Amino acid sequence: MGELRLMKGNEVIAEAAIRCGCDGYFGYPITPQSEVMETLMNRRPWDETGMVVLQAESEVASINMVYGAAGSGKKVMTSSSSPGISLMAEGISYLAGAELPCLIVNVQRGGPGLGTIQPSQADYFQATKGGGHGDYRLIVLAPASVQEMNDFVDLSFELAFKYRNPVMILSDGAIGQMMEKVELADYKPRWTDEEVKEISDSWAAIGKSPDREQNIITSLELESDRMERNNIRFQAKYQKIQENEVRFEAIDCDDADYVIVAFGSAARVCQKTIQLARAKGHKVGLLRPITLFPFPTEEIKKMAGHVKGFLSVEMNAGQMVEDVRLAVNGKVPVEYYGRMGGIIPSPDEVEKALEQKLIGG
Amino acid sequence: MAEVAENIQNIIKPENLVYQKSPVLTDKVMHYCPGCSHGVVHKIIAEVIDEMGIQEDTIGVSPVGCSVFAYNYIDIDWHEAAHGRAPAVATGVKRVFPNKFVFSYQGDGDLAAIGTAETMHAVNRGENIVMVFINNAIYGMTGGQMAPTTMVGQVTATTPHGRNVDLNGYPLKITELIAQLPGAAYVTRQSVQTPAAVRKTKKAIRKAFEVQANKKGTAFVEVVATCNSGWKISPVESNEWMEEHMFPFYPLGDLKDGEKEDPEALKMNV
Repeated sequence: MGELRLMKGNEVIAEAAIRCGCDGYFGYPITPQSEVMETLMNRRPWDETGMVVLQAESEVASINMVYGAAGSGKKVMTSSSSPGISLMAEGISYLAGAELPCLIVNVQRGGPGLGTIQPSQADYFQATKGGGHGDYRLIVLAPASVQEMNDFVDLSFELAFKYRNPVMILSDGAIGQMMEKVELADYKPRWTDEEVKEISDSWAAIGKSPDREQNIITSLELESDRMERNNIRFQAKYQKIQENEVRFEAIDCDDADYVIVAFGSAARVCQKTIQLARAKGHKVGLLRPITLFPFPTEEIKKMAGHVKGFLSVEMNAGQMVEDVRLAVNGKVPVEYYGRMGGIIPSPDEVEKALEQKLIGG
Repeated sequence: MAEVAENIQNIIKPENLVYQKSPVLTDKVMHYCPGCSHGVVHKIIAEVIDEMGIQEDTIGVSPVGCSVFAYNYIDIDWHEAAHGRAPAVATGVKRVFPNKFVFSYQGDGDLAAIGTAETMHAVNRGENIVMVFINNAIYGMTGGQMAPTTMVGQVTATTPHGRNVDLNGYPLKITELIAQLPGAAYVTRQSVQTPAAVRKTKKAIRKAFEVQANKKGTAFVEVVATCNSGWKISPVESNEWMEEHMFPFYPLGDLKDGEKEDPEALKMNV
């Protein structure tokens, strides 16, 4: 068993980054995730593992530092919260276009605009449909516990390098700020420069040796037929991700008449809701997507064959419900229930909504 | 005729070679307009990389603007940055590869308008990078619009009646601002319109790379340059226009030559 600690979600992101051999973190303070950089600066990983930590002058600069360091074949990351992620959108699009592996953590707060510093899931569209300009996808992981904040850092880097694609951990202010018991991973050494060369010399800008062509990190292609070939290659990659990387948790779904679909903090609330519903004699299950892209479309499609309806529960105005409806494709009713403005719904109100909107009565 | 050909063959010998294209320049045909300064500066950078023997250890960061394709011409590994973000990208590279040579190559719009924050903060951190700044007082790639460095009264596509300070603000002497920053080690302004000027610029760029090797802070080389297509005059007239109008406002020479400030001297007494 690994080391057990009581930690905040944000602190765990920092700890997990150091332990998984991350080479660099570039960020800018914003509530409710500033503890990520604060923890890193306090831990001084440059003395311990050689990991670089830098406070940039803006989110714009930090994501572009990530671009430079990721294009160097290194394991690098940033973290921010919703308004900061909007500022990074340009850089994220370039990272996707240049096919660079990296980790972006979004500890969401309510919006639009400056909005609120309270937890929210209102960046679902932004995270899963692209967010910046151009046709691209991020791999999006949605942790529902401090333990998953820990586990998904290493997983993110694994997926980022497997597909040469940016990965986003889409968390929220509740999971970032709350303390839970967490089992920390063991230390993995950072890649040496020799290992970086071995792993990424086919594409990374690590210095051109005489025996190979130039490596150029770019998203630019002015010739339309070549650009379209790039686009087709990206789409094929996203398709492969859709086929191979779907992750979800299904709780009490086997005998369920009704299924709640919820991720992150909302899913934790709904775990209690299904208990309340079952105590009243309703057979209700919970499907928790762990990857938001790729979305568990096939699983929902299968369930649509034998359940009576779905309720998508979200801390936003109803975003994921669109993906649930696409998967269900009209076979059974799909309803939405959610709260906005930084409010976390209670298990009771979700249970009531379930009865009113789906079960009837 | 046969005798002439034989004489030429006698002349073409390695010991008679006085000049050749740098092997660090690729054979790709440059897309720059005839008369443009970019090609000359690319050639200088390639020669410096070659002469210092650092081709395998040098990473370039190209901007958005006419020199977006700089990576096609200098045979090293490159990052193509988003508009204005080259100093941040270069920072990211340098921080994870502290022993590589890293340089950004940027135009006036990239470095002094959209990327002002990234420029100032990279220098203010004293990043051990080289920044090459091409100032031709206009946006070349997008078709000749006003740049932050466009002269007062200068006609561009977006200042068709001449740059008017009330409307457009003043030409930005960003290099003078850069020279004030404690992180800057070497700040100079050069040009490439004559062989003598080319030699001086080469010396400056070589020095900038040496500053980086010695980790003395940021080395910043501005090259006052021409854009005859954007200015809509001939290359020869462009050189004259630059000398007449730009040099008095953007005077050539070193603005700072030393190293970044000693942090110990700035530390609070607590």
